[in-house]
Amino acid sequence: MTAAADPVIETRDLRVELGGNRIIDGVDLAVHAGEWVTIIGPNGAGKSTLLGAVTGLVPATGEAYLLGREARRIRHRERARLVASVAQSPVVPPGVTVLDYVLLGRTAYIPRFGRESAADLDVVHEVLVGLELYGFAGRVLTTLSGGELQRVFLARALAQQARLLLLDEPTSALDIGHQQEVLDLVDALRRDHELTVLTTMHDLSITGAYADRVVLLAGGRVVADGTPREVITEAALATHYQARVRVIDTGDGPLVVPVRAR
Amino acid sequence: MSPGEGSLVVVKRADSGTPAQQAPVRVPLRPARLRPVWLVVGLAAAFGALVVGVSVGPVTLPLSGVARELAGLIPGVDLDSGLTERQQALLLELRLPRAVLGLLVGGLLALAGACYQGVFRNPLADPHLLGVAAGAGLGVTAVITLRRSGGGDATGALPFGTPLAAFVGAIAAVAMTYALASSRGGDRTPSTLILSGVAVSAFLAAGQTFLMQRDADAIREVYSWLLGRLGTAGWRDVLLVLPYAVVTAVVVLLHRRDLDVLSVGDAEASALGLDPQRTRYLLTAAASLGTAAAVSVSGLIGFVGIIVPHTVRLLAGVGYRTILPVSALVGGAFLVLADLVARTAAAPAEVPIGVVTAFLGAPFFVLVLRTSTVARS
Repeated sequence: MTAAADPVIETRDLRVELGGNRIIDGVDLAVHAGEWVTIIGPNGAGKSTLLGAVTGLVPATGEAYLLGREARRIRHRERARLVASVAQSPVVPPGVTVLDYVLLGRTAYIPRFGRESAADLDVVHEVLVGLELYGFAGRVLTTLSGGELQRVFLARALAQQARLLLLDEPTSALDIGHQQEVLDLVDALRRDHELTVLTTMHDLSITGAYADRVVLLAGGRVVADGTPREVITEAALATHYQARVRVIDTGDGPLVVPVRAR
Repeated sequence: MSPGEGSLVVVKRADSGTPAQQAPVRVPLRPARLRPVWLVVGLAAAFGALVVGVSVGPVTLPLSGVARELAGLIPGVDLDSGLTERQQALLLELRLPRAVLGLLVGGLLALAGACYQGVFRNPLADPHLLGVAAGAGLGVTAVITLRRSGGGDATGALPFGTPLAAFVGAIAAVAMTYALASSRGGDRTPSTLILSGVAVSAFLAAGQTFLMQRDADAIREVYSWLLGRLGTAGWRDVLLVLPYAVVTAVVVLLHRRDLDVLSVGDAEASALGLDPQRTRYLLTAAASLGTAAAVSVSGLIGFVGIIVPHTVRLLAGVGYRTILPVSALVGGAFLVLADLVARTAAAPAEVPIGVVTAFLGAPFFVLVLRTSTVARS
C-alpha cells in the first residue's frame, strides 16, 4: 500500500495556530527513508510544535503525510507503530522500574484490555541488551543518572519498533560526553534498523557532526534547508539567531564559536 | 567485546559497560503484573473483615461459627456452623447485609479514588476532594426533598432513581472541577485541581443546604444520611448498589493498563498509542458512577479513596494492575472495620462512619500532601 518512493514525512503548507498565535506558518518538508534530518532554529521558532504537527498529534492545517498516508487520519495505535518519539523532557513517573517503563513502548501492540505477551517481552529484552540497560531492568527510574535516563527514553521509543524516530532535543540535559554517546547510539541504531531520524537540536556544532540534512526554522517558516555546511553559516546565524559567531569549517562539519562583542 | 544480541548493535563508551551490565545469561524479566500473593492478601483482608464485622456487636457471635456459616453460603460448600437459629437470623438478616454493603461501598470508594488519581495524575485526587461526592449528595438531597414535596413516602417508589440522581450530580461536579482547573491554562498542578474541587464542593454544598432549608422536615433525614452511615435496610441497599458496582468495577479494571500508560502524561501517552482524552472521559464517568452509587446508599464517607490506594501503592507496588484490584478489596475490608468502630466506640450510640474515616483520613491526607510536595521539589 505504500510505494517505496514515498517520503517517510511529507508536509505541504503545514500551519499550526495555538491560542491565536501562528506557530507554524506554511512549512513544506520532505524526509526520506534512512535520512537524519535535524531542525534547528532560535527559541520559539516552532521546532517542537513542528515535530508534533508532522505526525498529526498536534492539530494542524495543510497537508501532512506519514509514509504516504494522511497523518491526521491515522489512528493512535497505528501511528505509534509507525512513529516513535522522545519528548524534550519526558515525564518520569515515580516508582516505575526501567522494565515497566520500556514496556510502555509496546502499548500499541498489546491488545486492548490484554497484557504483554512473550513476544513483547522478547522485544524489550533485545532493546535493553542493545542499549546496555539489561542490568538496570529492575531499577526505579528516579534513581538513574541523566545519561542513563536518556538511554531509557530511547529504549522505550525503540520498543515501539517504528521506522521513524522523532527526538526533541535529545541531548539538552547531558554533558558533552553523554551527548556524543547518545547521538552515536542513535546513529548506530539508525543504520542497523534502517530508521529515519528527525530531531530538533540547540547545539549547532554537534548538529553539524551528526545530521545528513539541516532545516533552519525561524518564525514558523523554513528559511534554509540543506547540508550542515550550507545551512549553518555566519550570515544565517546572525540573521535568525541574532548571534555573533564564527563558523569554522572542519572535516566533520561546521564548528560554531561564539564571539564576544567588542 | 561482542555482547550484542539479535540485530542490535551495542555502542560503548570506553569507560562504560561493566560485565554485570552485559547480561550474558538471560534471566526472566518480570513486569509489574498483579502478583497472586497480593490478590490473596486482599481477599483474606476482605473475608477476615467480614467475619469480624458480623461477629462483633451487642450480641457477640462465635467467630469460628460465623466463618463456617459464611463459607457455607458459597455454592457447593456444605458446613455445619453450629449457630442457633436466632444467631443465624441475626447474622444473615441484619449484620451480613450491612457488612456486605460496607464491602461494596468501601471497595467502590477506594477503586474510584485510585482511578481518579491515575486519570488526573494527581496523588490527592479523591471522590470527596474533587467535589464528586458533594455533587452526588446534592442529587440525592434533591430527590429526597422533591419526593417529600410531592407528598410521597420518602423511602418509597423509584429506589433506583436515587443513584441516578447522584450520578448526574457527580458527573456535573467532576466536569465543573476539571473545567475550572483547566481554565488556568497549561499549569495544572495537583493543588489547582484540588482547590477547584474545594470551590465546587462549597458551591454544591450551599445548594444542598438551600434545598434542605426549604423543607425543614427533610433536614433530619438528609443530615443523618449526610454524615455517612451504612444502611440498615437489609439486603435492599445491597441490591440497589450492586449493579452500579459491577459496571464500575468491570470498566475500571479493564482499563488498568491504560492508567499506567497515562502516568507519562497526555502527550506521551498519545504518542504511545492511547487516546488519552477518551480514556479519561470513560474512566472518570465509571469512577463517578461508582462514587454516586456509594454515596446514594451510604452518604458522604470521606478519605477512603485516599487512605486505601496510597497504602496499597506503598506496600504492593506502583502499577495500576496491582493498585486497582487490591484497593477494591482492601477498601471494602477497611470500611467494614471502620463501621465496626462506628458501632462499638460509643455503644449503645452509633458514631457516623464518616466521622471515623475522617479521624483516620485527615492526618493521612496531610502525610500524602507532605510526601507528594517533597517529591516535587
